[in-house]
Amino acid sequence: MRKCSLNSINSVFAEIAKAATLYLPVDGKDGSAVYTKWEEGKVWSNALNTVRSPKDFFFPQTENLMAFKTAGKNIEIIDTRSESEDFVIFGVRACDVKSFEILDRVFLSEPVDTFYAARRAHGVIVSVACTKPSETCFCGTFGINPAEPAGDISAWKTETEVFFRANTEKGVALLSKIEGLTEECTDEAVDAQKEKISAIMKKLPLKDVTTDAFGGGKTMDYFNSPAWDELSQSCLGCGTCTFVCPTCQCYDIKDFNTGKGVIRYRCWDSCMYSEFTRMAHGNNRLSQKERFRQRFMHKLVYYPENNDGLFSCVGCGRCLAKCPISMNIVKVMKKIGGENK
Amino acid sequence: MNNVETLIPAVGVITDVRIDTPDIKTFRVVTTDGKKAFDHRPGQCAMLSIPGVGEAMFSITSSPTNTEYMEFSIKKCGCVTEWLHQAEVGQQITIRGPYGNPFPVDDVFVGKNLLFIAGGVGLAPLRSVINYCRHYRDRYGDIDIVYGSRSKADLLDYKEIIDEWATDAGVNVHLTIDNAQPDWDGHVGFVPNYVKELGFDTNKTAILCGPPIMIKFTLEGLISLGFDKTQVYTTLELRMKCGVGKCGRCNVGAKYVCKDGPVFRCDELEELPNEY
Repeated sequence: MRKCSLNSINSVFAEIAKAATLYLPVDGKDGSAVYTKWEEGKVWSNALNTVRSPKDFFFPQTENLMAFKTAGKNIEIIDTRSESEDFVIFGVRACDVKSFEILDRVFLSEPVDTFYAARRAHGVIVSVACTKPSETCFCGTFGINPAEPAGDISAWKTETEVFFRANTEKGVALLSKIEGLTEECTDEAVDAQKEKISAIMKKLPLKDVTTDAFGGGKTMDYFNSPAWDELSQSCLGCGTCTFVCPTCQCYDIKDFNTGKGVIRYRCWDSCMYSEFTRMAHGNNRLSQKERFRQRFMHKLVYYPENNDGLFSCVGCGRCLAKCPISMNIVKVMKKIGGENK
Repeated sequence: MNNVETLIPAVGVITDVRIDTPDIKTFRVVTTDGKKAFDHRPGQCAMLSIPGVGEAMFSITSSPTNTEYMEFSIKKCGCVTEWLHQAEVGQQITIRGPYGNPFPVDDVFVGKNLLFIAGGVGLAPLRSVINYCRHYRDRYGDIDIVYGSRSKADLLDYKEIIDEWATDAGVNVHLTIDNAQPDWDGHVGFVPNYVKELGFDTNKTAILCGPPIMIKFTLEGLISLGFDKTQVYTTLELRMKCGVGKCGRCNVGAKYVCKDGPVFRCDELEELPNEY
């Protein structure tokens, strides 16, 4: 375990930024935190978490895949990929760190998505423990401990100090770069903070939300539950939940004609949209109820079935905070899970 | 292919366009150096695209035993297909694949009597299997082919069916059209009813493809004849973008049609939510 004083954290950032682009949560104008490229003068946010998840770093909202030049009947495919640069994401919460594992299982399984893999290889994750988990937090439901975040380096922030522990080779390498700015220390202060966090966890309103009812073998029971009608009734199909979700990874591939050529790009998409499954010969999910059900069935039943029981939700609470009709996965879990216990 | 850059296609060239029906054309495609783009198994698919128009998944209708080129029978019904229907010989397109699981032609089907049942453009994916099985004729038992379309003009591969399939030993072709017309002396009626009328023996493995409603009723018909769902295979079509089980579009239950399908045994479908 190593530490530095909170006052000197900017010099740590400056040192890290010498070798790699550093991103960290910085307060925006409205007070909400946004991952921002660090430069002198940028201040590490005290907010619990960022409005948008850090999935953008590995799976950007839009990215170009390739370009085409066409002349008459001929087509030329142009490789538009540029070399990925090394970068560090600092201050990732435990829930969001877990979301990378969930995305990895999709993008790094065969055949590997090389666009994602390149970014993943070049990124170093410095996580930070949550000193004040909030009322929309339910990471504990998925076995995530906000006091013990994973990542290449785990960090703990107290009122006066920041503590670091390297977990991986990448983390050891980064920590060695800031060795002169940190000092060796005991675990005492971190242990004390962990205890405080665990005391808060026991008081959170969503602490009793459980995944116990969900698991293999009952897919059709969940799917056919009459509760979906009521749950989905007010859904606007806006897709906000999927866009703020750190684990939603559905995407679209589209072409854009620039006037000089065609760029084929990938962008986030949402199973909540009616276009998502619409084909020339019809749409296999015609109603919002079906689309709503797909999103939650995927997170709670289908994804776990394909991934050794791992749920595709990390309890970050973003969808709870952002849904315009206050519908969310917690209500779904309580209702659907309650019926199928 | 299955190279690491799975979303990046190769350039292909349309070397022949055959007008099959008023709304179906068959396109022959090779690479720019005149070779077959990649090897595939019967029932697998490929992503074709026209830059600026879009990319879409199509079943490969030619048999893997054709080592020179690939063929795609494509019905005009959306943006990409409309554009393809205007394309001329020499037009370049992009191609990537193969995607999905094939029909089990080299294990389960070996030694079996095969009953192919298709409706409309649903013959396209089955033609690959039929011609593969005709090529390795001695590996399989009797072959029955039931094929129906709206009218005589809407029968895909009509010339090949009459000149080649129907003349093969041990291959029985049963054609039907929806409504009677003057130059048709064959059967008239829908495929599901025709299958029941023909009353096949259950010592066959059935391979079924067509519009969802036709699949539904034909499957019911086969079951009423005594077939078990484990004897019936079909191939599904859902919207797809990536082809490798990542973009999420063709997800049904815990399956991705592009990667876990498109070929399914009908008892496997029973375990999936009815969203296909």
